[in-house]
Amino acid sequence: MLIAVILALAAGTYGFRVAGVLLRDRLDLPEWSRRLLPVGAAALLAALAATAALTEAGRFAGWARPAGVLVGVLLAWRRVPFVLVVIGAAGTTAVLRLLGVP
Amino acid sequence: MIAVGASFGAVAIAAGLPIWATLTMSAVLYAGGAQFMAVGLVAAGSPLAAVLAGLLLNARHLPFGLALGDSLGPRLRHRLLGSHLLTDETTAFTLARPAGEARRRAFWLAGTLLFVAWNAGTLLGVLAGGTVGDPAALGLDAAFPAGLIALLLPSLRDRDTRHAALSGAALAVAATPVLPAGLPVLLALAGPAAIAVRRRSAPRGGARPALPTRVGAEHTGEGSC
Repeated sequence: MLIAVILALAAGTYGFRVAGVLLRDRLDLPEWSRRLLPVGAAALLAALAATAALTEAGRFAGWARPAGVLVGVLLAWRRVPFVLVVIGAAGTTAVLRLLGVP
Repeated sequence: MIAVGASFGAVAIAAGLPIWATLTMSAVLYAGGAQFMAVGLVAAGSPLAAVLAGLLLNARHLPFGLALGDSLGPRLRHRLLGSHLLTDETTAFTLARPAGEARRRAFWLAGTLLFVAWNAGTLLGVLAGGTVGDPAALGLDAAFPAGLIALLLPSLRDRDTRHAALSGAALAVAATPVLPAGLPVLLALAGPAAIAVRRRSAPRGGARPALPTRVGAEHTGEGSC
């Protein structure tokens, strides 16, 4: 049964992935909608980042995580290399939690 | 990615998942959020919910594929293989590059590295079991959103993209307490979809060119409002 769950999830997920990629060829999209696709992807990624930064299981995630993310964003804004952005964000959150911030 | 993969491996083993299932999941499903969710729901005894919730969570990969489509390569086998490497991180990394050859190289580089890192991480987590540190104590949960935003920042200089991203993010966060996981993020497509519908009813972009067709429709008298 476990293998059925894994295979169903894998098949469905691959289906979503490959459908988008192959549809792109089949659909003869007008120029304006081609320009809209990256905008849509950016909106999805921003929504994903915001929900991952602020919420956990449908509720507020506590202050430590968004504070770390904010430090990461400020570092990225200052054009600090990507690796340091990620380390800065995780490090800030880790230190805040060490200090007892939820 | 190695660290998050390792925490997945450790969490899955701790939840009672067999080693083969944990490794298989990372290789064939290869979607972090859905994997963590599936482990939780399977351990809670609801396998059907695990499948449905996981698929809902992964529906966002379809628009990602649409946006990246031609960055995977010219041949069908590139597209079939590359599709499996499509993730949030690969999409963000690839779209941050200028279109063309640079973007194609970025896709395959990021896609391959992340796939290897994720699966190597899972293996490490499985082997280390309980000795992998608590991912929350290491602040790993802040790394994912911070990395995504860092990759998105350059594209936010474009006004339309910035508006769509900010309104999508606000909408998704507001909807998170009331909708099941996966749906709030998909709501972010509402903004770009609204633009698409508006452009469609006025193909030349302005309000004026749309007028004649509407008048014409009224003349035929077929519209029953």
